[in-house]
Amino acid sequence: MPLELHHLTGGYTKPIVQDINLSLQQGEWLSLVGANGSGKSTLLKLVSRILTPQQGAVVLDGKAIHQFSSQAIARKLSLLPQQQKIPVGVTVRQLVSLGRSPYQPWWQWELTHQDWEKVNAVLVQTGMEAFGDRPVEALSGGERQRAFLALALAQDPKVLLLDEPTTYLDINYQLQLLELLKTLNQQGMAIVTVLHDVNLAARYSDRLSMLRQGKIWAIGAVSDVLTPENLSQVFGVDVVILETPVGLQVCPLSPSEPTPLPMQHPL
Amino acid sequence: MNVIRFQPLHRAQQALCHYRVLMAALLLFIGLLSVIILSLCWGAVSLSWEELGLAALRQGSLTNQTILWDLRLPRVIAALIVGAALGVSGALLQGMLRNGLADPFLLGISAGAGLVSAALLTLGVFQAWVPVAAWGGAIATTLIVYFLGRTGAGLSVERLILGGVAVSSLLAAIQSALLLAADDGRIQAALTWLTGSLNGRGWSEVAIAGPYIGVALIGGCLLARTVNLLNLGDELAVGLGVSLVQSRYLIGGVATLLAAGAVSMCGLIGFVGLVVPHGVRLLVGTDYRWVLPLSALGGALVLSFADLLARSGAVEFPVGIVTALMGSPLFIWLLYRRSPMSEG
Repeated sequence: MPLELHHLTGGYTKPIVQDINLSLQQGEWLSLVGANGSGKSTLLKLVSRILTPQQGAVVLDGKAIHQFSSQAIARKLSLLPQQQKIPVGVTVRQLVSLGRSPYQPWWQWELTHQDWEKVNAVLVQTGMEAFGDRPVEALSGGERQRAFLALALAQDPKVLLLDEPTTYLDINYQLQLLELLKTLNQQGMAIVTVLHDVNLAARYSDRLSMLRQGKIWAIGAVSDVLTPENLSQVFGVDVVILETPVGLQVCPLSPSEPTPLPMQHPL
Repeated sequence: MNVIRFQPLHRAQQALCHYRVLMAALLLFIGLLSVIILSLCWGAVSLSWEELGLAALRQGSLTNQTILWDLRLPRVIAALIVGAALGVSGALLQGMLRNGLADPFLLGISAGAGLVSAALLTLGVFQAWVPVAAWGGAIATTLIVYFLGRTGAGLSVERLILGGVAVSSLLAAIQSALLLAADDGRIQAALTWLTGSLNGRGWSEVAIAGPYIGVALIGGCLLARTVNLLNLGDELAVGLGVSLVQSRYLIGGVATLLAAGAVSMCGLIGFVGLVVPHGVRLLVGTDYRWVLPLSALGGALVLSFADLLARSGAVEFPVGIVTALMGSPLFIWLLYRRSPMSEG
């Protein structure tokens, strides 16, 4: 099992996610969905070590994550954050070549021949081979997202974490990106995405994990979890679930009555 | 097959990039060499080519030999060392803080060194110890700023910058009070030191600070790949295997040691650390593997040229005034040249 979370609790000062238990199978695509402030991005930050857990542990390849060096983790786990800083004056190929850093010892100045081969391979894989010499700041939103995906893939990870990868993309680019991820997933890469759009999550994921107020409300195969009751509790909307050519999809009808639980305070 | 197909393209692109770096390095190197030779020839007593050659071989007039070996050469070397230290220090901090306004003195170095040396010079005590004390003051202030920059989880860039500004203005106020209370002769000495001057720097300063700055320069250049990763933002840098806290202490530490070493040699010379990395990035782009070593070359070039200007008038100016006079317009020009690109 490439990734397991045991009783994971953490946040900024107050814990935002509490007692999360999860295990990700080899080659599985898991999506974290939930309302704003439900803790899905925080959970991803805890897994990717941007935040330190207050309790519990992240277990990678059978070993607790703090037993690895930062570089060793970066060889197994890569992250595509929600918003990237766009480096000025850097070409796509230079950007992607930074993805080989986890494999370079500190004294190594240049990439090896194998490293460059990997960089070229991921550029081909993401359809960015024609953009290699373009400056990153000159790319469109969709191309930029693919360039950063290529950077994450250059790390040759077992597990790929993506925080809202489709947020700033139009529908065409959203589907392109997710289809690309599907291909990677079918080649054996485990994927965890935080997705705002429940329909996209339902369409592409193997399993959904619904978060509500920092806890897992429901987790399981899409057909088991995607019920009107769960969506009403987690998102506060009344919905009908439709069978469509791309699987189960959600059609929101109206905001549901206030839930019995107290409203959560945003941080 | 695809992989092989794109190989020549990337080779060509890499070659082009290397060519650009090589040209920039060559340009800086030739500039530096000319300034060094000019600096050795020019001065109150001008040496001709022939005299310079003879003096370099320890032949000819004894006066010329003394001028070359004991006055001009150590001063030029001091300018090179200090300029390189300030250039690399500024480039490291601008890269780490992702802020083009960062300079070696942002984290309180100038304020700490300035206060301590102003105190010694205006009170007239332990004046021989001013360089060491300035170094100590610089390091101590930076430690305070780093302490202020700590957050629960690590080290915040915003807090570091704000802490540096706050501590600097506090220490600057105390320094001004000391200067106002001092008598005229001592104010003169303190002001000269505070503006930064290379006047009278000899082999002893070079021998003490030179090796230490040399080691720190190499250390700084080895951090280039980490700086490149930090430029992608905290989250991606962590994802790529950078330890944020460790790398910030390391980069900030080397930058501080460099700037403090420079300050201990010739006082507070502004603008070199701010302007040089901007100029170098214009030449070779933002890859810090090239920006850092070329900032060393560029800093050495700018400071030795400024010192040449400072002592070519009838009265010698402190070199810090010349760097500020040259640096401010240059900086404004760089900013205006850069702005359409960053907006577009």
